Amino acid sequence: MSHPLRDRACIVGIGETPVCRKPGSGRSETALQLEAALLAIEDAGLKPSQIDGIMPFPNLGKAEVFASNLGCDNLRFAALLTLGGAAPVAALRAAAMAVATVVAEHVLVPAGWNGFSGARVRETAASDPDSIPGAAIARDFYLPFGLTAPPQWYALMARRHMHEYGTTERQLGAVALAMRRHAQLNPAALMHGKALTMEQYLASPMISAPYRLFDCSLESDGAAAFVVTSAERARDLRRAPVHVMGAAVGQPYPADEICGRPDFHRIGLTSAAPEAFGMAGVTPADADFAQIYDCFTFEVIQQLEEAGFCRRGEGGAFVESGAIELGGRLPVNTSGGLLSHAHLLGVGHVVEAVRQLRGEAGERQVADAEIGVVTGWGDFGDGSIAVLRR
Amino acid sequence: MSEHPQTYTKPLPSLQGLSGAFYGWCARGELRFQRCSACARWRHVPRELCAHCGSFEWTWERSSGRGKVFSWTEVVRALHPDFGDETPYAPVIVEMQEGVRMLSRVLDCPPDALRIDLPLEVQFVAVHESLSLPLFRRVAR
Repeated sequence: MSHPLRDRACIVGIGETPVCRKPGSGRSETALQLEAALLAIEDAGLKPSQIDGIMPFPNLGKAEVFASNLGCDNLRFAALLTLGGAAPVAALRAAAMAVATVVAEHVLVPAGWNGFSGARVRETAASDPDSIPGAAIARDFYLPFGLTAPPQWYALMARRHMHEYGTTERQLGAVALAMRRHAQLNPAALMHGKALTMEQYLASPMISAPYRLFDCSLESDGAAAFVVTSAERARDLRRAPVHVMGAAVGQPYPADEICGRPDFHRIGLTSAAPEAFGMAGVTPADADFAQIYDCFTFEVIQQLEEAGFCRRGEGGAFVESGAIELGGRLPVNTSGGLLSHAHLLGVGHVVEAVRQLRGEAGERQVADAEIGVVTGWGDFGDGSIAVLRR
Repeated sequence: MSEHPQTYTKPLPSLQGLSGAFYGWCARGELRFQRCSACARWRHVPRELCAHCGSFEWTWERSSGRGKVFSWTEVVRALHPDFGDETPYAPVIVEMQEGVRMLSRVLDCPPDALRIDLPLEVQFVAVHESLSLPLFRRVAR
């Protein structure tokens, strides 16, 4: 029997602002997100007042503020999912639930920030320890020992994986190079026109081993947004709808502490991916592309494994084979992703998936793309995943 | 025990509640973890409830103090202002003989000497009069 949420909701509008580093956007994070929201609403052929559901990104705005600026005078559904970078794709699922149950008709999911010119992620542990996942645990058992920031948390996972499965630095580099190659086909990408070789990758400064500079996502200014409505309503709108075939959210265990996990390599996707593919009625092999949340290079390898695109321990060889490049078996992050396009907090991954399924990705279009996967990753390994079709 | 500096400027754990109990034992030179009174499982980080059996009852049981490296990262570029003077340094996950794992650091060990399964033993370092951090040093197997 078909899952009750399968194909019931569609993404009908997408928006993305220009992205930049120096000298910075010169605009507030609210203004950036409102610009992306207006682009997405217009893309859907809607008026802002027709938005009756809003799901902001954690710590980047309140639904009331978006609604008041946009003139949404009938806000019926607002929810905040505290899943870090996994929040937008988790919001896509929640929005699908909302529109399928007519709790709301048009749900807006925005995210954006001055990730370059504003407060840097790496500084937040010092200024706001409560912002760290597992706040009290991190304060009492991580920070006193100098474990303070995301690349350090995840480097612990990468190092253990390298030990158990023989994953190599060059395989991490293969992820960075693939994202960079894709960015050469995306004029909007920050790393457009800046090719990267393996030699340059290996020579880049170490940040938190095994992570070098080029293993780390970009710090950038910009925003993106998408609009979700029901499959019925989508037929009346101007753009070809992208259907949510399946979507799921999961967490590692325990989610608030990294070191003591009984299965050290289990992440949110480990349980979420089989659920999402099951709901969609397809398998990972059916995907024409994947937009994988690439906060750091190893997280792409780990998510490919745990989502079932390859087996655990085989992700390094998978990325090194060229499978994740355009023309390969599973093109990953066709826009350049967080590593080489811009850090749009995971909403950019949804936007790029929709472009691909609409056939509007230009030079980087995956031929005849029918089914695409998008993931989110946040906090200490929370995961979200959606299987989309045109 | 090393001489503690007059002013320690790095992040400190809470000395209240369960964290306070854990570090209270550390201040006395003892590494203790919670052990469930009902099912005898060890646990760390400290929690109110045994996730295996649901018991609120536990004792603070003394650890052997011995463990081995489970994973680590060498921080070359500090991402917190208080640690800028320590680079390179290496947060290490230590797997204790009791089975629990904890985050710590290894004293007198350059990061490039770290290996998975490297044997370690706890050594307390007093950072002020009421706080000692449980760090580790290398031991012969």
